[in-house]
Order: sequence, then C-alpha cells, then structure tokens
Amino acid sequence: MSQTDKDFDVIVVGGGLSGLAAAYTIAEAGLEVLLLERGDYSGAKNVTGGRLYLNPVREMFPDLWGKAPMERFIAHEELSIMDKERSLTIRYDGAELALEPYQSYSILRGKFDRWFAKQAEKKGVSIVCKSRVDDLIIENGKVEGVRAGGEELTANVVIACDGVLSLLAEKAGLRKPGIAKDHAVGLKEIIELDRNIIEDRFNLEGNEGAARLYMGEVTQGKFGGGFLYTNKESISLGIVVGIKDLMEEPAVQVPDLLDAFKLRPEVARLIKGGQTSEYSAHVIPEGGYKSIGKLYGEGILLAGDAAGFSMNIGLTVRGMEYALASGYYAAQASIKANKADNYGAESLAVYEKLLNDSFVMEDFKNFKEAPHVMENPRFFQRYPQLVGDVMKDLYEIPAGPKAKLYPTIKKYMTFREMWGMFTDFGGVRKI
Amino acid sequence: MSEQLGLKAKLGLDVFKHDKEPHISIIPGMEKDSRLKKAILVCPAGLYCENAQGEVELTIDGCLECGTCRVACGVEVLKWNYPNSGCGVQFRFG
Repeated sequence: MSQTDKDFDVIVVGGGLSGLAAAYTIAEAGLEVLLLERGDYSGAKNVTGGRLYLNPVREMFPDLWGKAPMERFIAHEELSIMDKERSLTIRYDGAELALEPYQSYSILRGKFDRWFAKQAEKKGVSIVCKSRVDDLIIENGKVEGVRAGGEELTANVVIACDGVLSLLAEKAGLRKPGIAKDHAVGLKEIIELDRNIIEDRFNLEGNEGAARLYMGEVTQGKFGGGFLYTNKESISLGIVVGIKDLMEEPAVQVPDLLDAFKLRPEVARLIKGGQTSEYSAHVIPEGGYKSIGKLYGEGILLAGDAAGFSMNIGLTVRGMEYALASGYYAAQASIKANKADNYGAESLAVYEKLLNDSFVMEDFKNFKEAPHVMENPRFFQRYPQLVGDVMKDLYEIPAGPKAKLYPTIKKYMTFREMWGMFTDFGGVRKI
Repeated sequence: MSEQLGLKAKLGLDVFKHDKEPHISIIPGMEKDSRLKKAILVCPAGLYCENAQGEVELTIDGCLECGTCRVACGVEVLKWNYPNSGCGVQFRFG
C-alpha cells in the first residue's frame, strides 16, 4: 500500500491531553489528521487529581492558554503528615506564587479537554467521538491504520494516546500488560461548595487556589497519599495508592481508605456542607524511567500515559504536562516523517530523540530512583508517627514540670532509629 | 458532611450509558483463582465479591473503567476491554 492511498496522514487514538496535543499540532502543520475518542466527548473517560503545571508546555501551545477554562491558579501549598489522631502541616505561600504567569492551575478534565477539542477542531482536526478503536491494521509488520466499529481507517502514522492501559501498544507488540508494582490507583470525589465558602475556608483571594497533599495514615502505611485541590466551585478530593501495596496485608478495600480520609477532622471540616457530585477513579503509571518501554514502532508512536509518562516524586504528582509534551513531540515526529515520506521505525525514531532532548526524559532520568526510594513503607507509617510523637512532647504542658526540649527529641533518636533514618534519607538524596 | 455517602450512592452520582455486553468478564474456570481475589481489595467501585462457594463474582454496573483490576489480576484471569463506543461512564468533571 503506498501512502497516497491512505485515508489520513495521521490517526490519533484517544482524545485526552496527549491525543489532543498531537492532533492540534499536526493540523497546525497542515496535515490531515483524524482523532478517535471512545467517550461521548473528549474528557469523558479522563480523570486527573486536578493540577496542571504550565511552565514546561507553555511555549508549545502559545495560543492556547489565554482562554483556557482553568479552575484556580495555585497560590497556596500545604503538606500534611498524618498520624492516627494528629497531623503536622507545612504551609508554603507568598507573593511569588501569586505572580503571573502562574505556574500551575487546578483543572477539571471534563471541561478542559472538551474545550481543547474545540480548539483542535478549529485547527482542522477531524474528531469522531463515540468511536472505540478495536484493533490495529498491521501489514508486513507495519501499522497501516485502525479498525473501529467494523470500519477500516488507514493512515501513514497512528499515534496511540489510549491511556495507561494502552491496549494498542500491546497489540503493536511494543508493550506487555502493565504490572501492579509500576502502577497506582487514584480515587476522587468532586465536592461542590459555594465559591465564597471555598475562598473563606482556604483563605483565597479571588481566583487563587489551594493545593494540599496528605501522607501517612491516609493510606494506612501503604505507598501513596491524599490530595485536595480547590476548583472554582468545587473541591477535588482523593487518594492515590500503589496497587501492589493494596494487594498485600493489611487487607483494606480501597474505597474505605477514601471514606476514612474524608472523615479525618482535618479534612471533614474543609468539605463540610459540600455535595459530592461525581466519583471517579483511574490507574496511574508510576513506574518511572525504568518502566518506560518502546515508544515507537513501524508506523506507530505512543504518547501520554500510554507511553508511561507520569511521575510521582512525593511532593508533586505529574502526568498532564508529560502528556501534552509527548503529544507535541509525537506530532513533530509525524510531521518530519511526512516530509521525508518515510514512516518506518527508523524514521519515527526521531520521536525518542526529541523526547530525550526535552524536559520529559530529563525529568524521568533525574527522578529514576524516585519510585524505588518512595516505596519505603517507613515514609508512610513510621516517620509520620515519629513526627507526631515529637510534636506532642514539644507542645504538651504536663501537670508537673515539663522535660527539657533537647532530651525530649533525643529520646526518640536511638542509634537504631538514626541508622534507619540515615539509610532512608540517604536514598532521598538520589531524587 | 453529616453522613457518609455509601459507595453505591457515590456511583449513583455518575453518568453511565448502558452497554449491551459486559466489557470485563472473568475467564471461565478462573473464578477461584487467587489472583482474582485481589480485585475485591483494589476495585474503587467495589464491583468484585466472593460468594459462598469461594468464587469471585463481578457486577459490571458502576464500572469506572479505571483499569485497576486488569493491572492487579492480569489478563490470564480477566477478559478486559473498554465498553463499546459511546457506552460506559461519562465523566462530567473528571
């Protein structure tokens, strides 16, 4: 089959952020691109914790951000370390976080992706929703198109942006089914609250937003944590837990963890009076650099979660910027392949080079030890408890005389404890 | 929040479009496989349970298509696909 017989220059499978970024960029270059989305609209099948960092991707889509339907720019950061009945919170805010251009925003994918899809259509992308791709058309080892709803659609390049499970990457032989150790699951509720209540409760000025992360008792010692983001008129509240840890003892059903988190007094008072309006969940790739497999093959490229581009380094959990950027670079690779009129793996290999030269692979390489260091259960149980013990002793005024401060802390620092910390936090230096 | 919202009630808030066939099913003969029992713990929608015979059962209604069961249990015990075009959960907020 020669490329002139093809229905499209490029077919993008999946209308989430990587797919939309790829299709938008390809259409801008004047190529014919079809985007297939299995949901009723872009965003219908997508879940985010709720926060997009713009700095790394701002220049890739210069026209996009001015009118994008963001929720709130994040101007207040909090991290809470939770023990069973107490917590220690670190708060970071200040004028630098409220300066334009803002570095990050809370977003809702149902709104954002739908709007992004409209912008892509304006650039010339043909978008077909309610269209599940069932298979790849593979001839002589090269991907020649897709099968969707009994129809065969051909293209020079297929960009698989079909999410973390990427059934297409498996069909193309680029990947095996994902394993528990490399993935987490996120659960989230959207809790609607009056805008003024949100602004009062979180001390927000106008469109400012707050981001709060919680670790420790939230996941009952399992790898993961809780998150809270303020939207315009709702709160995104949820937890992320490593799937491997969830499968092990102590046995706990994951929905119960979210319910227990909501009942924590620190959280309950923030969502008091709110109405839950949606419950969502999704698998998150968290295996980091070591779990990233082949990113391209003959006539096919993988982008976004399908390529494993999501990263948890504790203080930040990021995926959407990598999705946007990898979609953008997949588009650049497709455009180059089109110019060279060569769609083989050797031609599409430029995709990997573009990624290697970008923040995407730089980040993944820099943080390649993060999943390994972070999976240490002591970070999620022992240290939150220890921090709680120290705080209690420092702040407590007993009926009798109060012990001196230094010995108070020192009593927790046995040689064994300090050696454990030395080893654990030695690992942290690799991040 | 005065009373906790149960899991069924939470799922009742979501928009689901009915599919003519279940998109995930337990591969016949695998109902008692230990790998499948993990799904009971990991499913955010609580759709897996164990019956009196020690077999795992799956109710597909309320599936959030998150993929956790596929990752936890594997494709040897679960036949896993996305719902048919335009079916299944449709997140309004996401």
